[in-house]
Amino acid sequence: MDSNFKRALIIENYEKPLNKGLLNDSTYLRENKNNSSCIDNFDIELKMEDGKIKDIRFDGEACAIATSSMSISIGILIGKTKEEALNIIENYQNMLEEKPYDKDLIEDLNAYDDIYKQPARKKCATLGILGIKDLIEKSK
Amino acid sequence: MNYMDDFPMLNKDIVYFDNGATTLKPKSVIKAMDDYYLNYSSNAHRGDYKISLKVNDAYEGVREKVKKLINAKSSNEIVFTSGSTDSLNMIVYGYFKNKLNKDDEVLVTKSEHASNILPWYELSNEMGININYIPLTENHTVTLDNVIKSITPKTKVISIAHVTNVIGDVRPIKEIIEYAHKNNILVVIDGAQSVGHIKVDVQDMDIDFLAFSAHKMLGPTGVGVLYGKYDLLNELIPTRYGGGMNISFTSKDEIEYKELPYKLEAGTQNIAGVIGLGAAIDYINNVGINNIEETCDSLKEYIISGLKSIPHIKVYNENVEGSIVTFNVKDVFAQDTAIYLDKYNICVRSGSHCAKKLEDELGIKNTCRISIYFYNTKEDADKLINALKNENILEESLGV
Repeated sequence: MDSNFKRALIIENYEKPLNKGLLNDSTYLRENKNNSSCIDNFDIELKMEDGKIKDIRFDGEACAIATSSMSISIGILIGKTKEEALNIIENYQNMLEEKPYDKDLIEDLNAYDDIYKQPARKKCATLGILGIKDLIEKSK
Repeated sequence: MNYMDDFPMLNKDIVYFDNGATTLKPKSVIKAMDDYYLNYSSNAHRGDYKISLKVNDAYEGVREKVKKLINAKSSNEIVFTSGSTDSLNMIVYGYFKNKLNKDDEVLVTKSEHASNILPWYELSNEMGININYIPLTENHTVTLDNVIKSITPKTKVISIAHVTNVIGDVRPIKEIIEYAHKNNILVVIDGAQSVGHIKVDVQDMDIDFLAFSAHKMLGPTGVGVLYGKYDLLNELIPTRYGGGMNISFTSKDEIEYKELPYKLEAGTQNIAGVIGLGAAIDYINNVGINNIEETCDSLKEYIISGLKSIPHIKVYNENVEGSIVTFNVKDVFAQDTAIYLDKYNICVRSGSHCAKKLEDELGIKNTCRISIYFYNTKEDADKLINALKNENILEESLGV
């Protein structure tokens, strides 16, 4: 991905994030995720159905990196099985940790492949997706 | 005075506008602390040998300096603590916990720092006192009228910052205290942002309790001051017990504690820190408190006029005196703005600045804060203003 494309993708997902706003539906699992070292704060809702992620919602205030990566993650993970989703999340984390990862698997999350250069931003780039991961692991 | 020579951090190619969080330290402060550790390191109040006596003189000499700085009646009214938070906790738990009754009221504001709200919340949970908020004006300031309107027959204490750390407004504390005292209400002042920045005279203002931190006035971290009028302070029950504060203890029924201020300084104190605070006070006195205030005020006006010329900047406190400018860039999260400015080595703070109740008033949770001290220059301000003129702050904050 070239820099201009990455920036455009991030800004688009920051300004118009996917699935922002909570449903407060009891069939969803729910979790709050915040960064103690900064001011990002998300509430996340997730619904599993027939072994697949049926829906993910979120709300809260956070920086452009946190918000956009949450939005992109939601777009990628909905419809995936538990195993597929956890595999994508693991590959995304590997990218941020500068370990080998499958580029094709993480789709638009490749936009964050330079974030490792800003260590303070790694937490922003993973806040939402690690919340989703927690909820997937909680689901049966 | 040459601040560039005196402050090593001013030569690090940074623009430091986070003085509300902590100020930079002059060499004289670092040197005074080094000198203690390198040349006469020993404990205070104990030894029978020369260097220990020297430590004692140095430590107690700073108490005198603090007394003069805030014009206390006696140096026995000056207690060294670990900082404003420690001082405020001692005031709430050592004094008011023993004086207040269920349903008594404490008045605070929504722009207080966490350290002047959480101890009260905890005390409220513990003993059922009520916490009420003095309404703020549309400029987020406190007026005597609003204080008067908030007082009820149940009000026993007003606990407010002299200068707030988000808006930077200077409260009319002398008038508030005068009115409060006529109604038998005690006043606790959080002086973390005011002492060393503007003139604070505890006798003239008739302050009952004052808390402040060394590190926000050129001194080291981990040391601060609790001031209280002697008779009040004398009724503050120690919140810590141990060495240095007792005279004798033969059984649990036969304990004798020292007089003020020592009975409130249990354990070996932050001696190097206190000595550093003394050097910080010397430096502030050399610059002159009026000079400090004027320099900060004029730089604040300069920054505000610069920021107002930029259409995508919103300033939240332009009509407030003080040395803080709180702003946001349109459609950019405060943290992204701060990260963007960091690319230009400009240090500002983003967030709620520990004043988490203030969002009720500002209607916005997170802001960027520029906090000024006397060593900041117009060149610093120009670098900041120029960086903020950029119309692509969000894009450039991303770092991708």
